[in-house]
Amino acid sequence: MLEKKLLTKRVGIVNPLSIDDYIKQDGYKQFKKALKMERISIIEEVEKSKLRGRAGAGFPAAIKMMAFAKEEAEHKYMICNADEGEPGNFKDRYLMENDPHSVLEGMLITAYATRATKAYIYIRGEYNKALSIMKWAVDEAKEKGFIGKNILGSDYDFDMEVRSGAGAYVVGEEFALIESIEGKSGRTRVKPPFPTEKGLFGYPTLINNVETFCNYPVIIEIGGKAFAKIGTASSTGTKLISLSGNVNQKGVYEIPFGVTIREVIETLGKGVPENRKIKMIQLGGACGPIIPEYMLDMKIDFDRFEDFESKTGAGAIIVMDERVDVFEVLHRIVNFFGHESCGRCTPCREGHPQLEILVKRFLNHEATSKDLLSLESLARVMHQTSLCGLGQSSPISIISTLGYFRDEYHDRIEFVGKV
Amino acid sequence: MPLQEILEKYPKTGDHLIEVLLEYQNTKMNHYLTEEELKQIAKYLNVTESRVSSVVSFYTFFSLEPKGQHVIQICHDVPCYVNDQPSLVKTIKNLLSIDVGQTTEDKLFTLEYTSCLGACDKAPAMRIGEKTFTDLTPNKVKAIISEYRGKRHA
Amino acid sequence: MNMINIKINNNDYQVKPGLTILEAAQEHGIKIPTLCHYPDLKINSDCRICSIEVKGKKNLLTACSTPVVEGMEIKTHSTKVLNARKTITELILTNHETNCTQCARNMNCELQSLSNQLGIDENRFEYRLVSQPKDTFNPSITRNPDLCIKCGRCIDVCKDVQDLTVLENFGRSHEVLVVPKYGKYLSDEDCTLCGQCSSVCPVAAITENDETEKVWTALNDESKHVIVQVAPSVRVSMGEEFGAEAGQAWTGQIVTALRYLGFDQVFDTDFTADLTILEEGNELLHRVHNGGTLPMMTSCCPGWVNFMEIEYPEMLDHLSTSKSPQQMFGAIAKTYYAQLKGLDPKDIYVVSVMPCTAKKYEAKREEMQSNEGIFDVDVVLTARELGKMVRQMGIDFLTLEEQEFDNPFGITTGAAAIFGATGGVMEAALRTVYEVVNEKPLEDLNFKSVRGMEGIKEAEVELKGLGKVKVAVAHTLKNARKVVEQMKAGESPYAFIEIMACPGGCIGGGGQPYNTTNAKREKRIEATYNVDEAMILRKSHENPYVHKLYEDFLVKPLGEKSHQYLHTHYKARN
Repeated sequence: MLEKKLLTKRVGIVNPLSIDDYIKQDGYKQFKKALKMERISIIEEVEKSKLRGRAGAGFPAAIKMMAFAKEEAEHKYMICNADEGEPGNFKDRYLMENDPHSVLEGMLITAYATRATKAYIYIRGEYNKALSIMKWAVDEAKEKGFIGKNILGSDYDFDMEVRSGAGAYVVGEEFALIESIEGKSGRTRVKPPFPTEKGLFGYPTLINNVETFCNYPVIIEIGGKAFAKIGTASSTGTKLISLSGNVNQKGVYEIPFGVTIREVIETLGKGVPENRKIKMIQLGGACGPIIPEYMLDMKIDFDRFEDFESKTGAGAIIVMDERVDVFEVLHRIVNFFGHESCGRCTPCREGHPQLEILVKRFLNHEATSKDLLSLESLARVMHQTSLCGLGQSSPISIISTLGYFRDEYHDRIEFVGKV
Repeated sequence: MPLQEILEKYPKTGDHLIEVLLEYQNTKMNHYLTEEELKQIAKYLNVTESRVSSVVSFYTFFSLEPKGQHVIQICHDVPCYVNDQPSLVKTIKNLLSIDVGQTTEDKLFTLEYTSCLGACDKAPAMRIGEKTFTDLTPNKVKAIISEYRGKRHA
Repeated sequence: MNMINIKINNNDYQVKPGLTILEAAQEHGIKIPTLCHYPDLKINSDCRICSIEVKGKKNLLTACSTPVVEGMEIKTHSTKVLNARKTITELILTNHETNCTQCARNMNCELQSLSNQLGIDENRFEYRLVSQPKDTFNPSITRNPDLCIKCGRCIDVCKDVQDLTVLENFGRSHEVLVVPKYGKYLSDEDCTLCGQCSSVCPVAAITENDETEKVWTALNDESKHVIVQVAPSVRVSMGEEFGAEAGQAWTGQIVTALRYLGFDQVFDTDFTADLTILEEGNELLHRVHNGGTLPMMTSCCPGWVNFMEIEYPEMLDHLSTSKSPQQMFGAIAKTYYAQLKGLDPKDIYVVSVMPCTAKKYEAKREEMQSNEGIFDVDVVLTARELGKMVRQMGIDFLTLEEQEFDNPFGITTGAAAIFGATGGVMEAALRTVYEVVNEKPLEDLNFKSVRGMEGIKEAEVELKGLGKVKVAVAHTLKNARKVVEQMKAGESPYAFIEIMACPGGCIGGGGQPYNTTNAKREKRIEATYNVDEAMILRKSHENPYVHKLYEDFLVKPLGEKSHQYLHTHYKARN
């Protein structure tokens, strides 16, 4: 069995629209347990679990939690980042649509441990179904007294609100997300200060991704130590993988860290249709590296992925078979990021149109060797100097293909030469 | 629902701007907002019009120009692309005789690209209004569009 | 204070904690280039030009926004950094109209200097500017979106300094524009035309409407008697236009330069500043004694008047009806002076040199016509435009001899000289009102509590029959709004309030030389009070030529002629 269902154990079994059903299946049991624990020991369990954020960067969850817990303020906000806009990712949608209360339970545990006063669940506007399910779930949880004043007879008050996005990928970035909840354009802010110090409406704010929150009930249930034994030394627990592209069984799979990419594609995804060969895969989504078939035996692991600048906490695998043109793919990616750039910092705003022009020359077999140098230089400068994650990660597909598929670039240049 | 009624559901604070805009635009057949309406919204929420202008122009859901009654949004990202999305686009363009970004002469359909719909497990995907269609083929698309043609408002 | 040890380019330095890398480097003479950064405005780190390399960090960091940390090792000019800066600059230039020789900011452009400094001699990227229409539909300011590099300074100065939001981002990605709402043109329904945006713009995307051509035409028209007035605040900044340090007065050089340019008479707006004090001071006393609307607020700043007409039309009664010194000058020039010289007002051409873009609008208000169909002031030049004309004439400004203004509008007082600094109008008014009411000389002329860069200042003065009277002074429209809101709430303890729209008053106006910073504003203020101290006459009511003007023409303050020529009214907009 490759899969290990900790976060998704109730998917397909529980009725997402029934809190009673969730409770019947031991739902909110971990929150009740947490309510009886010392706040600090909840954070200690998280620390022992070595949980890392599932949004992308893989930041240790306990450090962020501790920093936030220490803040004293009238309002302490929590945000559940469900703005899953990264192309090729759909695991947060999967969790919200199939087991919404597990998301809420994770949030409640975190909120209680850190004395948060209110949480916002920010769901991208494209996710109509997840939006209505989550709103329903929050209402139900309020009715049952899991959210509100004196939760379950304790002295703890906590409120929750669901907000919808309106079509902006960049809002996945934490400060852009904060701006958006404040009812503004999603343009990021200068750091420091960081959100845990001064975030939403100027108050301390803890932001986690949907999947990250879903790990908390598991940690409370089995304990941090046991949790840390799952996966690899540097990446503990399980990972939800969004598998898409040219693969027979696309879908979300929960695996312990350490499984190889090939295992996911071949065993869980049942390989490529019509037995075509895999040419390349993109890891993490549009912002991730594109790597060749021979690297598929790599284990899914934060540290391993970081080696080639992939923020792969998101856990998407997009499979592309031998028919796919690298430059067609790059063109779409560059186009996407160019459109989604907030337009604030120069490298991202003015860089994307130029990346697009250059990639298009390769796509159309019109590139020169000078174009290759310009493209490489531009991609690196954008990566190094952009203000937020969008501009920093968007050129990674180009940078990685310049490494792994350099011949294809050269081929397009040579073609011009022959004419 | 008239704008004022929608406004009154919300506290008069700027953080509700996007929610108000979304809810109100949804009630409009041609999915767009006029400056007059935006002025009223700005006044109610006590925010400047320039902030409303900035927000409306930032998020792709909002429009200052009228669109067709049904806005067809085809996912344009890689997971859909490698699952034959280009042939869908071609089919729809031919069916409607418009290019992406245009509205049919009868104002029934607007065709747009959208960013990933998160339906990559059932790619290729598209959205019409709030409904997402998945595992699309050219034939499936033809059927969906003719169904929507029938749904024309009186 | 514990100093922090850092390394910059392999050299060890000790720096104060809390500094940014940019500031720390600057303190040690290491210049990191910047573009969007502007002193006194918030740090956006949008342009990324100040990128630097910090050991242990994968990505480059921006020096403007990154605080120094113990043990930090910084490289300000590594190959990686230089390449990044060059690339970013090339990118900016792909979306900027690069017709540098045909640009208002040629040789005075921050982007051009940067490009020169970085040695950009080619652009590897494709030029892809999509031209947008120019905004030339108001009397004060021109916007050229094709030049805009989206540094955000204008948005910030409008929002954070003036508490207005005329300019904003519209759209996103490479299509983003910095424009008034919905991509419209600047209009007097939203914009006070204070011009602070034009003053901080690093390129020529926002400039004053250039009217130098009109002035050249008038100067070369034999049938015109062309006279010029110079605002008090311009004399303490003009040298900066030609590279001099801030903090010096250039009165005599300005007069000489204007004579070289060919003006028939060179007059001083200070004269009508004295006149303003007599009218406005008497208006205040009239209001106090006759139950008029109080507090009375000054009205010599057109940006502020615009602000009131746009934002608080219900409170226009509070504004003094006295015209500004510029408009009093124009009115007197085309009535009294015309008679004196036996000239037809049509043939008199009045040019103002002002620190201000809103003055251009003020001059074009239809009320500002003492003779029907003839504007009292024909053209308003900003300090920058005068600089341009002086350069066009090939005058070496800084080495000019000093000459005196012409009479009858050349003798002025220290009270008028300080009009240019925040608190100056108030102080000038107090000097006069005190002596007129109390019928005894002031012991100390210097009302220091209303001087300086503090946002809202207060003073108290003892007046016979009235007791202690409270007054206030505010500068920037952000502070102005606070004062007006206090009035609106019925909580204003003041009888008289001076407001100037620009930080520091006119010495920090939107038409002053580029690179105006608060540090320079302080120096200009210092120079202003030095001018005052050096004057023989320091109270407006002691100006003998003003007395003569009343004797010969106006009769008395607030008299019939004053009402006709020196007072005005305001109108609600929207």
